[in-house]
Amino acid sequence: MTPYKLIILLLLFLPGLSRAKSVKVYPGRNSFQKAINAAKRNDTLLLQPGLYKEHDILINKKLVVIGVQYPVIDGEHTSQVIFITADSVILQGLQVQNTGRSSMTDMAAIRVQDANHVTVRNNKAFNNTYGIYLQNAGFTVVQNNTIQSSSADELNSGNGIHAWKCYDLLIAGNDISGHRDGIYFEFVTTSSITRNISHNNVRYGLHFMFSHNDTYTNNRFSDNGSGVAVMYSKGVTMTSNIFQRNWGDAAYGILLKEIADSKIHHNQFLKNTVGLYMESTTKIAVNDNQFTENGWGIKVMASCSGSDFTRNNFTGNSFDVATNGTTMLNHFSENFWDKYDGYDLDKDGKGDVPYYPVSVYSVVSERVPTAMILYRSFLTGIMDQVEKVMPSIIPDQLKDDTPRMKKWKL
Amino acid sequence: MKTIIKYVLLDLMRNKVILFYTIILAILAVSVLGIDDNPTKGLLSLLNITLLFVPLITILFSTIYFFNAIEFTELLLSQPIKRNKVILAEYSALTVSLSAAYAVGIGMPLLLLVSGIASFILTLIGILLTFVFSSLALLIFVKCRDKTKGIGIAIATALFFTLLFDGFLLAFIYSFSDYPIDQAVVGIIAFNPIDLARVLMLLHLDVAVLMGYSGALFKKFLGSATGSIFSIACILLWIIVPLLLSVRIFNRKDL
Repeated sequence: MTPYKLIILLLLFLPGLSRAKSVKVYPGRNSFQKAINAAKRNDTLLLQPGLYKEHDILINKKLVVIGVQYPVIDGEHTSQVIFITADSVILQGLQVQNTGRSSMTDMAAIRVQDANHVTVRNNKAFNNTYGIYLQNAGFTVVQNNTIQSSSADELNSGNGIHAWKCYDLLIAGNDISGHRDGIYFEFVTTSSITRNISHNNVRYGLHFMFSHNDTYTNNRFSDNGSGVAVMYSKGVTMTSNIFQRNWGDAAYGILLKEIADSKIHHNQFLKNTVGLYMESTTKIAVNDNQFTENGWGIKVMASCSGSDFTRNNFTGNSFDVATNGTTMLNHFSENFWDKYDGYDLDKDGKGDVPYYPVSVYSVVSERVPTAMILYRSFLTGIMDQVEKVMPSIIPDQLKDDTPRMKKWKL
Repeated sequence: MKTIIKYVLLDLMRNKVILFYTIILAILAVSVLGIDDNPTKGLLSLLNITLLFVPLITILFSTIYFFNAIEFTELLLSQPIKRNKVILAEYSALTVSLSAAYAVGIGMPLLLLVSGIASFILTLIGILLTFVFSSLALLIFVKCRDKTKGIGIAIATALFFTLLFDGFLLAFIYSFSDYPIDQAVVGIIAFNPIDLARVLMLLHLDVAVLMGYSGALFKKFLGSATGSIFSIACILLWIIVPLLLSVRIFNRKDL
């Protein structure tokens, strides 16, 4: 026997030598929990198809749980369903449904608590109060899950993906709908949120507070009750996201409140009541975005400072920019405005006269909201024309000195 | 009365103005709806056209027509026909032809190219505004003896409702912005048929959200079925009251 053959033979026996093994689990009374209790660290549980009527399932050791053809774990509206407290657990391919509702505890389909390196992927969570709930979790991956519910109001509902006091998360490729907030972050740092679709949620598609240095890319937030709200955070990067059809009396593409040192690049704001709303923000770079067919493209309050709006396209918005004061500590340059009617004699692609994106009527209606009743009346059209010739009411510092003649290709 | 309506209608047919009016409206409608892919924008442009031109043209044309037809009216009155019948017949023939012009010029292209409730409402408000402003024209006619003065008043009336009224309303809103004036404002716009028509239309478009955003009451009240009925009822009053007043004055007028 050559040494090679010996090695191969040894390798063949290796799996048998390690103590980890695969266990098939079939539906039965508490069969899932019993299987977990009986399993040893590093074992794999293969849940066979069927209906498991179990709740408060505790996974407290490092296991791999794989559902075969989406076995259904049904909480029967009583309590929480799966509770993970061990590091490095992998949970995939399950359909978890019908958690209870309670005002005392946040009932979640899958809850990860005080654990690191957990992976929750390819699951379906239907009709739960909270979908996936991460509490004090680090380096955790939540990927390609489908999370649906049919919440009717904010009080009796929970969030799709809820993360509290976590770090280094990866939330990717999930589809979340019908919850209170699609994705909710509080005290979550250095995490990445990509390729998620959060739509038709009761309140916000994405909601985060006190969550610093997070990156949001390629997500789509559409048709949510109030759009996206992000507050009290710094170092946020948002690129290539789509914010669309957040259309309602108090809906925003994004609402930014007390955000600092952040980047908003290459996003699309489409058909929102307010595309981008900024209040008390500092040093935000808003570049290369598209603002299309919004009620207000940008509402930037006078409390914002040091922000830079460059190379954005503004097309088909009822109002491009609105503000509530005369001071303007932000800078607009090289944007394309479809309402710009200046000229470019030296043919450098930039208009020779500045563009004032705030229309006088938007100033008036910002100061006195009741004046909105005159929206689209002949008078307001005339007022805007007169103001263009002789600016007196609009904040004269809010202007784009180098408006682009042609739309940016973004 | 039918015979009189028939003759007035025939006379209006021979008059090319109505035909021109129809064609111009049709060209405007087709071009506005054709240029833009977005039907809402087209509707908004047509709304602006309707709110600006329909009142002005209707009131001017009607006033001039009533004054020009004064000899015909006097001739009719020498016959044993009731005065109110004569005047109502002339009014009906005029409004019918003007609204037909609007319905054909704007309504037809609109309903063909952009079908939906909003198109229907725009057509409706165009027709209602035609009725309102011919009523007002009739009132001007019966109140004034002099044609020039009548036309002057007609222009002033149209300008008042399209422009001045909103100016006063804005001044009012501005000066009393510290008070809860939302309800008062809704009350005030009832005094301007053009504002009523505009709000009625806007609340059936997506842009209604912009109004709801800053004045919840507008959307809550005017956006509801009650609000629509309120607006239409007010516009109907704007037709009936001047009409009844004119008939009353005309019955007693010394021609």
